[in-house]
Amino acid sequence: MAGPSRRTFLGTGLLLAGCCMPHARFASAEPAGTEALPVKEIAKGIFAFTGAPEMMSTANEGEICNIGFIIGNEGVAAIDSGGSAAEGRRLVAAIRAKTDKPIRYLINTHMHPDHIFGNSAFEGTGAVIVGHHNLRRALANRGDYYLQSYRAILGPELMSSIRIIPPAITVAGEQELDLGNRKVMLRAWKPAHTDNDLSVFDQQTRILFTGDLCFTQHIPTIDGSLLGWIRQLKDLREIHAELAVPGHGTVPAPWPQALDDESRYFDALARDIRMALADGRSMTDANRTAAQSERDKWHLFNQYNERNATAAYAELEWE
Amino acid sequence: MTWNMKRTKGCAAVIAAGLLWAISPATAESQNASAPEAATWKSLKSDVFGSRPIEQGEGIVRIEAPKRAEDAAVVPVDMHFKTDSKTGRIKTVTLIVDENPAPVAAVFTFGQNAGVTHLATRLRVNAYSYVRAIAETEDDKLHMTEVFVKASGGCSAPAMKNQDEAMASLGKMKLRVFPSKAPGLEPLTRATEMQLMIRHPNNSGLQMDQLTRYYIPAHFIQGLTVSQGNQLILSMQGGISISEDPNFRFAFDARTGEELKAEALDTEGKKFQDEWPLESSSL
Ligand SMILES: [Zn+2]
Ligand SMILES: [Zn+2]
Repeated sequence: MAGPSRRTFLGTGLLLAGCCMPHARFASAEPAGTEALPVKEIAKGIFAFTGAPEMMSTANEGEICNIGFIIGNEGVAAIDSGGSAAEGRRLVAAIRAKTDKPIRYLINTHMHPDHIFGNSAFEGTGAVIVGHHNLRRALANRGDYYLQSYRAILGPELMSSIRIIPPAITVAGEQELDLGNRKVMLRAWKPAHTDNDLSVFDQQTRILFTGDLCFTQHIPTIDGSLLGWIRQLKDLREIHAELAVPGHGTVPAPWPQALDDESRYFDALARDIRMALADGRSMTDANRTAAQSERDKWHLFNQYNERNATAAYAELEWE
Repeated sequence: MTWNMKRTKGCAAVIAAGLLWAISPATAESQNASAPEAATWKSLKSDVFGSRPIEQGEGIVRIEAPKRAEDAAVVPVDMHFKTDSKTGRIKTVTLIVDENPAPVAAVFTFGQNAGVTHLATRLRVNAYSYVRAIAETEDDKLHMTEVFVKASGGCSAPAMKNQDEAMASLGKMKLRVFPSKAPGLEPLTRATEMQLMIRHPNNSGLQMDQLTRYYIPAHFIQGLTVSQGNQLILSMQGGISISEDPNFRFAFDARTGEELKAEALDTEGKKFQDEWPLESSSL
């Protein structure tokens, strides 16, 4: 599908950015002394930060996923804002350290707190938030829960500046963003990691930001549809990318080989759960043994595997 | 029946009740429960059962749940029942999650001749909480058993992972019949295990829309009847503590040749029903 002309798209962006001006009272986007997030240039004009393979905590300030930005001739697109407003501010500082060009867009790859809790740091920058067409609904349903439940995880200080800010522009199918002599393709996926996954592909350098559609090292987490994810691995593989920035794991990672580990994990999980279902075993019982062959192959296996198994069981028992 | 939807959870009230509890005579319960949790049950108990005495359920009802729930929105709970001629059969079982905003998760009523020996379902558990089953036997006595579950956020955690799919298949039912592991037994003389699954968001109504600041209205299965032929196996009055896609696995005395029927009613007045022929070969 052909994207809208640059003029219309940028025009909409500017208009919406204008609407957001009353919020400029939150504009302390770059308080003096904010330390820039350490980013590396993985291709010309594309920078990425590597998150820690950990759970979000006060100590890591929510900096657990990979985020980055793309600089075009006329503006910048940030990809995810991180797991706290503090991380978001550090990302804005990192952008400012590389370019004076306006931040046109903040692309949210999906609803999870590690990717969107930094959104408030972009208020006052003029950036328009872009997300999957299901992202508004997902945040409407879960935002309040995220704010409540992460209080204990991040602590009141970090939480105080975190707000749930939904996207102003949503994407169905594919949509092209033009950053000025630099075309970036956004693609909205069917339910996989979540029901609001969006990928970002820079056509010039063939760098793909996968959001959490791709995990390496960090065990994948299933909050959408295991079967949908497995089905769409094929389409993901067909993206003509050179390198990827996965949502979690090594930055950058060769494409499509970066999908191999999660593909193997999903197969193991689906196979074990299907066997348990065929044997009439209960959910509790099935969860204990599912995908144990993967135990030593991932960070945070103990934290997420049984949860994934629960989701897989509840999905596959309808087959 | 009225659900205990909005319980006062003021800190002061809990502490006061805790103190009262601490100076009341020790019972079997107080030995394995810390004071605030016991206090929750103490106030809940009279709300649900009035002043009726409740005995330990040992030998009559047994409950199992994971000590630490991996997903607070889907906590599997297993109940096993055993009765004798002294107590008579179990008429009802009330499933309670002490710390949930609507603690009474469900009340199950068993059919006269259904012979239900096992019932499993999945719950939302909103905080570290006791989950308890209270069985009422034919002699009108109450028998309780409980398990402590470490989970949090199950009620407000919107579990709809794939919302379009969830709404598209609303009310769809599936019945699984589990093959017996004891070949050679006459089908008519043994309990048969089945699992009834219903596609339904079973929304808790505790989630706030960030854009409108209004709570998303609750939408859940409030009534369910499962029968064979014209005989009741079990019925349920349910609330928001039952997980998305309500799921019931049960063992009962199945009879061959009569079809199994399930009817459900949700809070929007929608009725869902389905039926499945039961061949003796499937028992
Ligand atoms: Zn993530
Ligand atoms: Zn994620």
